[in-house]
Order: sequence, then C-alpha cells, then structure tokens
Amino acid sequence: MKKALLLLLALSSWLTTSFAQVTFPQNGVYDEREGLYAFTNATVFTSYNQKIEGATLLIRDGKVEAVGKDVAIPKEAVQIDLKGKFIYPSFIDLYSDYGMPEMPAERPRTGGGGGFGNQQMLSSKQGAYMWNEALKSEYNAHENFKVNDKAAKPLRDVGFGAVLAHRMDGISRGAGTLVTLTDKREHEVILREKAAHLLSFNKGTSTQSYPSSLTGGIALLRQTYHDGQWYAGQSSEVNISLKAWNDLQSLPQFFEVRNQQEAQRALRLGKEFGKTYIIKGVGDEYQRLDELKATGASFILPLNFPEAYDVEDPYDALQINLSQMKHWELAPTNPGRLAAAGVNFAFTANGLKKTEEFFGQLRKAIENGLTEEQALKALTYTPAQLVGAYDRLGSLEKGKIANFIITNGSVFAKDAKIYHNWVQGKAFVIKDLDAPDWIGAYAFKVGDTDYRLLVKGKNESPEMSIAVNDTTSIKIKHQYSNGQITMSFEPDKSKQRVRLSGVVEGRNWKGRGQDATGKWINWSATYTGPADEKKEDKKPDSAKKEQAPGPVLYPFGPYGREKLPTQATYLIRNATVWTNEKDGILKNADVLIENGKISKVGAKLSAANAITIDGTGKHVTPGIIDEHSHIAISRGVNEGTQESSAEVRMGDVIDSEDISIYRQLSGGVTASQLLHGSANPIGGQSAMIKLRWGYNAEALKVQGADGFIKFALGENVKQSSSSSSTRFPQTRMGVEQVYEDYFTRAREYGKLKASGKPYRKDLDLETILEILDKKRFITCHSYVQSEINMLMKVAERFGFRINTFTHILEGYKVADIMAKHGVGGSSFSDWWAYKYEVYEAIPYNGALMHEEGVTVAFNSDDDEMARRLNQEAAKAVLFGGVSEEEALKFVTLNPAKLLHLDQRMGSLKTGKDGDVVLWSDHPLSVYAKAEKTFIDGILFFDRDEDLQLRDAIAKERSRLIQKMIEAKQGGQATQPASGRMSSRHYNCDDVDDEMTEE
Amino acid sequence: MLRYITTFICLFFAFSAMAQSPVPARAQSKPICITAATAHLGNGQVIDNALIAFENDKLTRVEAYQQGADFRNYEVVDAKGKHVYPGFIATNTTLGLVEIGAVRATNDNAETGTLNPSARSIIAYNTDSEVTPTVRSQGVLLAQITPQGGLVSGSSSVVQLDAWNWEDAAYATDIGLHLNWPARLSFSFFTGESTRNERYEQQIRDIEQLMEEAAAYARQGQPAVKNLKLEAMRGLFNKETKLYVSVNGARDITQAVLLGKKYGVSVVIVGGRDSWMLTDLLKENNVSVILGRTHSLPGRDDDDVDQPFKTPAMLHQAGVLFCISNDGFWQQRNLAFQAGHAVGYGLPYEAALSAITLNAAKILGIDKRAGTLENGKDATLFISEGDALDMRTSKVSCAFIQGRDIDLDNKQKVLYRKFKEKYSR
Repeated sequence: MKKALLLLLALSSWLTTSFAQVTFPQNGVYDEREGLYAFTNATVFTSYNQKIEGATLLIRDGKVEAVGKDVAIPKEAVQIDLKGKFIYPSFIDLYSDYGMPEMPAERPRTGGGGGFGNQQMLSSKQGAYMWNEALKSEYNAHENFKVNDKAAKPLRDVGFGAVLAHRMDGISRGAGTLVTLTDKREHEVILREKAAHLLSFNKGTSTQSYPSSLTGGIALLRQTYHDGQWYAGQSSEVNISLKAWNDLQSLPQFFEVRNQQEAQRALRLGKEFGKTYIIKGVGDEYQRLDELKATGASFILPLNFPEAYDVEDPYDALQINLSQMKHWELAPTNPGRLAAAGVNFAFTANGLKKTEEFFGQLRKAIENGLTEEQALKALTYTPAQLVGAYDRLGSLEKGKIANFIITNGSVFAKDAKIYHNWVQGKAFVIKDLDAPDWIGAYAFKVGDTDYRLLVKGKNESPEMSIAVNDTTSIKIKHQYSNGQITMSFEPDKSKQRVRLSGVVEGRNWKGRGQDATGKWINWSATYTGPADEKKEDKKPDSAKKEQAPGPVLYPFGPYGREKLPTQATYLIRNATVWTNEKDGILKNADVLIENGKISKVGAKLSAANAITIDGTGKHVTPGIIDEHSHIAISRGVNEGTQESSAEVRMGDVIDSEDISIYRQLSGGVTASQLLHGSANPIGGQSAMIKLRWGYNAEALKVQGADGFIKFALGENVKQSSSSSSTRFPQTRMGVEQVYEDYFTRAREYGKLKASGKPYRKDLDLETILEILDKKRFITCHSYVQSEINMLMKVAERFGFRINTFTHILEGYKVADIMAKHGVGGSSFSDWWAYKYEVYEAIPYNGALMHEEGVTVAFNSDDDEMARRLNQEAAKAVLFGGVSEEEALKFVTLNPAKLLHLDQRMGSLKTGKDGDVVLWSDHPLSVYAKAEKTFIDGILFFDRDEDLQLRDAIAKERSRLIQKMIEAKQGGQATQPASGRMSSRHYNCDDVDDEMTEE
Repeated sequence: MLRYITTFICLFFAFSAMAQSPVPARAQSKPICITAATAHLGNGQVIDNALIAFENDKLTRVEAYQQGADFRNYEVVDAKGKHVYPGFIATNTTLGLVEIGAVRATNDNAETGTLNPSARSIIAYNTDSEVTPTVRSQGVLLAQITPQGGLVSGSSSVVQLDAWNWEDAAYATDIGLHLNWPARLSFSFFTGESTRNERYEQQIRDIEQLMEEAAAYARQGQPAVKNLKLEAMRGLFNKETKLYVSVNGARDITQAVLLGKKYGVSVVIVGGRDSWMLTDLLKENNVSVILGRTHSLPGRDDDDVDQPFKTPAMLHQAGVLFCISNDGFWQQRNLAFQAGHAVGYGLPYEAALSAITLNAAKILGIDKRAGTLENGKDATLFISEGDALDMRTSKVSCAFIQGRDIDLDNKQKVLYRKFKEKYSR
C-alpha cells in the first residue's frame, strides 16, 4: 500500500489539471487527471490563526475543494493518511527576483555629482522612454519571467509556494509578477502578470549621472509623480515609461530602502501623493518604531540578522561601533517588537546568505518575542493581503490555490521537517512521508559474517552502525528511497568498504552487494528487538540564561538616550550674560528659561520650581547658529549632475542619527542650516534644523523657517578640477548665463502658470520662481569679487536681492556694493590658499564687511570646525579689531538674521527660543568649553551627563563584546570586525555617486 | 632712566598695493633687550617681570628684570604687560612646498611613486611664498618642511622663516625620513564602510624589505654600486636621522614602534591619534610623538567627544615626549591655538607651550639651538600683546629670528590696508 502511494506521488509530478484547455499542441496521448487528493487525519492550519485537528484536506485541479473535520472523501480520491502530521498554507515571499533574467553586467559608471569624469546627461536607452534611465516603469517582470526549477527548489524546501518576482534594478523597477514555485509552463505559473509596482532609492544599472544623491533620487520620484499626472492629460508627447508609470499606480506599491530612516523618507514622499508604500526594510525598524508605526505602513522584513562580530582582539573591536554591536543583539527582536506594536509585516527569504538558513533565523525571531502565530501570519496571510491575492493564496479555504506544506509537527519547532511542498496541487517531495518504522537492533548477516546492526535516532533520519562491542561501533553510511536502501561500511581498518543494496520490507531487509574484495554476496537484516540506546547526557538546559538585550537608544548608537530629554524651567544665576541686545554684556546676571523660551534676563531673578544653575565665573550666550553646515545629511550633499538641481531638498534627507549633532552640541551649536553642496550654479533647497539630538528627522526641522536655496559660483561649478568634464558651464561667463537663462525661463513658467492653461509642474523652475516671488532666498557660495558683483546684478535685473553670500572671501573688496544691495556675508574666519580663487582671501574680511554695514556671520562648512565656532568668532577681534560683543554676534545673532530667524533666535531676549549656552569661560577664548547647551529649554548637552553617557557606552560595549565572544565560542558564525567606525562627514564639494549599490 | 627705543618694532610698510613678500631682515647689529615682559621660557618656567637680552644672534641674558639696570649699549624694548615666547615650531608641514592647494603647478609636496627616500624637501622650499609671512606673523618662526605621499615620501628639513633662498633658510637639513604607514582598512565613501586594504600585507613586506636591505647597505662603507635610495637611509641606522612614521591606529602604532626596535632606528610617531592608548609602549621604547591637530574629530563614533582635545594632556600626564602640530601649510598660523585648546582639557599652560617649542625642538634634534629662551640659544622669539595661545588675546607685535628683527607684514595685511584705503575715500 505504501509503495503504491509513493508511486502515485511520483506520478503526480506529471499531472496537469484535468480538462484544462491549453494553447499548446500535445505530442502523444493526452494525460489529463483531476489531481484529486484527500489528506486525512492531519492537523490543518486553514489560516494563520485557525487550526483543525484530525482534519481532511481535499484538493482537486490544483485548488482546495474542501477542508475540515467532516469532509466527505470521494471514492476516486487518492487518500493520504497524515496522522500526526501538520498541514500549513505554504509561504509567500514578496521580495524576490525568482525567474528574472540575470542583471546586465555593470557598465563603467560616469561621473557622479558633477565635475569629475564625463557626465551622461540622458538615458542610454533608445526609444520613447523616460529621460532618466533609472526609471524603468515600462519593465514588466512577467514578460521576462522564466520558470527556473533550480532557483525554485531552495525556496520550496523552506516552505514557500508563491513569490512576487521583480527585477531589482532601478528607482522605478516596473511591474512585479505574482508566480507560484511549481515547474509548469510560465502560462500556468504566473498568477497575476502585473501584481505590484516596485521602487527603490538605487539607480541600479543606470549609467546616467542623475541622480547621484539620495536627495536627487527623491526629487526625481517627486517630479515623476507630477509628470505622470501631466501626461495623463496631454497629447503632445508619447512616453512609454510614463504611460506605464500611470498604469502602475493602481497596483500595490513596494519600496525598497536601506534603513529605517529611508523608510521614513519614502513614506513621507509617498504621503505627498497619497501613497502608502509597503516598505521592504532591512530589519532595523525597531530603532524608530513609533515613527514608523504612525505611518500605518506595512513592511517586508528580511531574516538576515547580523552575525556576531569577531571582537576577541581588542583593537579589532575598536573598528565596530556601538550601534553595530547593539544592532547585532537587537535585530532578532525586531519582528517581535513590530508585531507587539501592531505593525503589519511579511517576511522574505531575500537577503539570507543561504535560503536554508531561513528557519534557523525565523526561530531566532521567535525566541526573541515573536509568537508562532505572528510568524505564520507574516508568511501567509499578510503577504497575500499585501499583494492583493488573499482570494487565492495565504490560507486553505475552498477555492484557493492548493499551495500547502506537510510537516512533522509545528513548522517552527527546532526539529521541524517539511515532507512535502504542494504547489498548485502538485507535490514536491522534500522528505519521504513514509519513512520506515525501523529503529531497533537487527541480526545483520553479510555473506558469511554475522553482525549486530543498530538503527538509532529518528525514523526520518536514523543513524546506523554495527555494534562491535560495548564501546566500539562501525558507522554505516546509508541512503533510503522508495523502499530501497543502500549501505556501505568499513568492516576493518583496511579502508575497503562493503557496499550493499537491498529492499526494506517492514523489519526484514535483504539484498545483494559486494564485500571488501569485490565478491558478490547476499545480505539480510532481521529485527531482534529495541536497540539498547544509551541515554544521551542531555546538556543541562543551556547553563547560562540568555542575557536580556540592552535598551533601544535614541538615536540608536553612542550618546543616545533611552528617553528623550524634555523641557524644564532653568534659572542660570550670577553669570556674565551676553544678551546681544541693547543691554549688551551683563555682569552677575540671571537668565530664566521657561516653557522653552527665554523668560527673563536680569539681576536677582527667581522662579518657583526652576532648576537653578550656578553661573558664577561663567558666561551665558545665545546658542551658536551655523549658517553653512553639511552635517546630518544622508547619501550625498551634492546633486551636481546638472547645472540646476533646484528641485532637490536637503530636508528630504536629514540624518537624525549623525554623531556630528551631538559633537556640535558639545561646542554650543544649537541650530544649523544644512546646505546642498557647491557643485553646480543652482544647487538644492536648504534645510534648517535645531540640534535636537535623539529626535527624529522631522522633529529636527525648524518649523515655519523661510525656505532657502544654495547657489554656487566659481571653480567648483565650472569644474576647474576636472580636465574631462563637459557639463555647462566651464567659465564664469557661462555661470552668469545659467542664471540669466533659468530666471528668464522661470518667469515664463510663472506666466504660464498664472494663465490658467494646463502646464507640466516643473519642480526645478517652480523653485526658481519662488526666488523671483521672494518666497525663497539664496545663500550663494562665492569667492572672487567679479562673480559676487555679477550675481547681485543678475538679481537686480530680475527684481530681487541675494540674501547671503557664503564663503564670500573677497567680500571685503565689494563690501560697499554688498551693503547697498543688502546682502549678508557668511564667511570663514581665516581660510585661504587652498585654491586659486581664495589666494586673495584675507582674515580681515569679516571685519571689513562688518565695518561697511554688511551683516557678517562666520560659518563652518566643516564638521570639526563647527564645534568651535566661538573661537572662529574671536578671530574677528584678532584680525581687524571687531569688538568682542559684535564678534560673538558673527556666530549667533547675525546668522539668525541671515536666516530670517532673528525674531526667534540669536539673542537673549524675553520670548525668544530658549537656545542658550553656558560657557566655562569667556566665550571667545580658546579655553572656553560649552558646559550646557539648551535648545527650546531642553538640556541637550550637559558636560556632567556626558561623562555618564561615556561610561554607559563603555559598559554596553564591554557587555556586548563578551556576549559576542560567547556566541563565537558557542559555535555561531561571526563576521570580521572591519566595519564602520566613523560616520561620513561631508564638505560642500563632495560629489561621489551615492545612488548605486556598492 | 631707560631709553625707550621702539621705533624698530613692528615696522609697517608705507601703503603699497604690491603684494610682495617682505624683505628678509638685516643681521642683528646691536644688542637688544626686552624688559618687563612675562617671559614663557618654553621649558615650563615663567619669569613674570623678565629681562631678555640677546646679541650676535644669541640669547645672553634671561633673568628677572631689575628696575634701574643699565642698558646703555642696548636697544631696549619695553614690553610691560606683554608676553615673550620662544618662536613656535611648526612640525610636519608643507609650508613653502604648496602655494595654492588646488593648483597643481604650485604643489611640490608629493613625488610620484611609493618609495622615495632620497627625495629632499629642502630644495623645493620656496622662501618667497606669500603664505610664510602670514604664518610667522602669528609667532611661528621655525618649521619642519615635510614631504608627503607614497609609502616613503623623502626627507624633511627644518627651516627658519626669514630667508632669501632655501640655503639661507636651512636650519637643520635632512633630519629624517617620512614613512606613511599603510592603512589596514580603506574607507569607502560609497558605502560609508571600511573594508580591508587588500594590498596591506604586500605594502608591509615592501617596507620590511626596504629596511632590511637599507640596513645591510648601511653596513658597508663604500658600496660597490651606489644606490641613492638606500644611501638616503644610511643615517637611520646610526641614528643621525629619525624615521617619522605617519600612523594613527593603535595596532599600527605598535607595529611602527616594533619596526624601529627591530632595525635600531629612532622612530617618531606622526599623527598618533591612538597614542594615548600606548603610553607605556612609547615610553619604554623612547618613541616620541608629533601629534596631529588638536582640532580634529574623534576617530570613532563611540570615542569621547573631546578625545582629540585631551590626548595632549594624557600624553603629558604619562610622560611621553610629544609635540603638537597642525595640518597643511597656511593653517600653521593657527598652530598656537592647537596647543591652547588642549589647555582647556587638562594640559598645563606651560606644557602646552613646550608642545610647540621645546618638545618640537627635541624631537627635531634642534633643541641645543632652539625651543626655549635660554642663554646661548638662538634669539628666535617674539613678543605678544597678550596670551599667544588664545586667539582672543594673541597679537604678535614683533619677532626675532636668530636676533634679526623680522618684518611682520604680509600679503594679507597689504590687502587689508588697500581696502581700508578704498573705504576711507
């Protein structure tokens, strides 16, 4: 009987569904069968949260016909008794490139952000497609899909039955296709041709220069959403990609990101256009769980939890920073945390080094807080729902596709085995369902020799050996399939093997073979009784209890805190107070900060409930404002691939986890303008942040701040350092023409917009128009007087004024013209000689501009210098004799003015923001240290607390290092400690391509 | 009564639009004494009301000032309320080798190729650089002109910063070879991650082989075939010259120290970001350190936020011989502030001063002539209106190199006056 069943199962692999009409001719006699099977006495999970014991599953034509306890079994059904076995709906993987053609080989890349190498301005794909090669909306996975049994097998072996396949290439990757993992023709395997639209922030194989930065990638998507809307209502252009883009919009939208911050960014972008993406994350979502939960988005999570770092060598350990160590520990808790928070997610096997690691990793998640029900949900129900296919997949109900697995018990148990994976009603046998019941001892006669054969362990995977005496045994290698067994062993130390083959019938085995000399012999084995299995010394249940993992920190890494600091009332007493107001510098004065604002400044203040700080011998100033900063920016500060990138927004790519934020707080900085770089004449839109360390990117932004944009002149934009660049402009003459051209076109664009006629929303011109409308303001990177003068003249011709020249190292030569124009100067104190256009730079520049009535600031453009801007301000006294009071304003009130924030920041005045620094010494002195830095009345940096945080870092590192060493010694795989130890720091001329996979 | 002769102090050229670097000063013609200043000797000592006298280029009297003393033969500089310092010494700098960073034609700091022990920075040193006067007007009067690039960059020399040509400028020539320790990790800007440097082992073998063969070569007095590269390394093995190793990581610093030990070479660690972790090793092996900028970021996200600020104090506390340096060329005018910043983080003031004077002189092997205000040493010193380590108070009013009263004007002051003039019209 059992043999017959096996035979049937083998046959079933030829089955096609009955009476299905196909377009293909048949070579030979048609063989159509119903595939009617009844699986009885099984524990069936009809869905992730419903289990029926002793149930029957009836399938026909690749579909579920019935499931339940009282299913009538048709006589003609093949019955399979699954007593003691479990049936689950098979799993669905929504992030897969299964069946997709190999990706084209990497082509040499062109120049990145601008200035270096040859730029590729347009798509290299010929035809009526999108201008940008990274937008491959016209790509349809189903048109290129090929059944690939070799690739399907590993997925089937771990229980998957269907995948959403797509080509992982580009920012828009086109349509993904929903397919099963059976080996039939594509025609039957594809369940839905276009099942989803897939997107990412990687331009993939595109060799086009744009976008080279994340901010450019986001801008490109934003523009494409507008273009899609425009395309739908126009008739002047045929664009295959845009048409496809529009068609894709009704599908589920999947978005691949590199980390949780990118997930937040993608979701913010989606919100602008009414999309809630399904995020393919990387497993760090727990680091900003509240923010992600609030979006309502669903996630696809990989199970590639990081391996422990090999940190036995203390110097190696230095290469790994706290966030990497903590992520190693906390990553397996991610699914459990998301589930507990009610965040919807599915799992993918994508990202695993080997697909067979799947269950091991899944169990890690279960050991770390995920319930089995949640795990099953994430593998069946949720992915089916997310791809809109729950009517066909994801549970075992009448009418659904017969995709299910048969297991030996809970699929999540450590010794779980999947016997069969049935896909569309077809069985794929992973392990024989009917392993013989053969554990025991046997009289084993091989030729003329009598042995005692022992079969131990489990029926599915027994160990076989010949007992020589109580302590010695000879191992037998064996293989069993369909009632036939093959065995071999070395009877003595001659290394010559006896090789046998035979038939297993119940507990009597017999067959033929060759002995060690090659002579043909008969053999047999007859059951004699149980093998006297020695009780294995079970290891005491893991002697050490697993340590509880450490806390999640905000931000996630060194100097993060478990709880965000909050507002309090602070009274700083008896300090020297630099008001930056009419009162000037007050000796022995008090400052009261209440409700996030400066409440009072004066002598002998008092306030109930205030935390009093003794300021005796110390100084209090407004927080330092860095007018020119590139901290806290992700993946590229320049989108310099075109002469204008006015459409890009630094606000899209704020990196709230950048350690620079904390370091600069320790230098008394409270607010920074994050600028686009200086690779092109018209750069991107700036972001204004306060250094609210620990808060998320959105919460760093200064609400209500005026919009600014970075412009740039001179050597960078004309790409002087490249001998091969071809991008316009290459001279200062050309730079002027860029402006003249853009402002002219923006004016025309404005007219078109105002006319009420339909128009294509052009985010580039839209931004420039804002400048003309005096709704956005220019900060322009500049060096020599000719170009400075030129830009002022261009602005005057177009009826607006330049707000700020930054760097402005030759401002001293045209300070009178600047004052007349009304532009401010945000400069370096003393930089020069690093390139030709700064060879006439002088450290007296600030003083001279100041004397001519220009509002002067000193900025950093440098992560390091930003934490000692007070010292840079002092150089205005050293070089040119600016008064100390005015010099301090160069880094406080004056940048606030240049940023239009002086009503809120920059001085100590009742009602202004509580952005305050307590200094140990005279704030312009090299010896002064910021002891406390407040933003909005929140103490974000405190030198005493800093010592505690260092201590906490050291302790947490030490704990994790010990834990990783234990993991290594416990046999876990490790990875070399060669990772990141320091974050990337940007200057304004960094132009690498950041939009590609490494 | 004293005669106050101050006319020669702080010569200001009449307004001139020409941006010519100042003319080198004449040799000292008459004994000079500076009175009533606070003298910071550079060796840790301070004389509050001091008398500093020098004659024929050398310091003759460094002592407490007695009111009413007779200085009939001297030109007297009353420096009451002011401070006198030994000239600051910029170590590991490309001053005079680079005029404009991004203009390749003006760069003579890095020769092509990986092993250039015979390259000599001194002959490329440009005494007519417009940058140098801006540096010395902030008290930097001596500098170690240092080649860069490759694994072995060449030899450095010490120059004084007021000269007609490099021969005049030379203060101590070819004092050491500069080795750039290969990086184990290469940082990828694309990924923000460090990966292993695949060539690291080969590069280490190249260095070992070079040292091995140079040592063998040095053992023969008259080699049959002269090899310029190995010849240039001869001085290392009899300790006439030092091996300056640019290296930052703890493990690599250890390697550099072991290399010196193995070949009996005097090693100086340059950069030395992690040197604070290895103070015992450095002391036991008599290895000194030219620390990189105090004004730098911690090497690792997890580091103490002020690690680079307090590293000097930690080396001082541990008794390691170190000096403080600054990157680059024009930046050398901020050398003093690199030292001053460390004071806020535990380095005693006079030790901070030593870190840019006496200690630098010791490391460079010029401490018999420079680095302190002591009788018999070169009269290379300056007067500051206030504390010269603090940008708030630093104001160099006059400076002497080997007794010569140097012109503190520079291109930037000329431009300042030019545009002051513009706005006064």
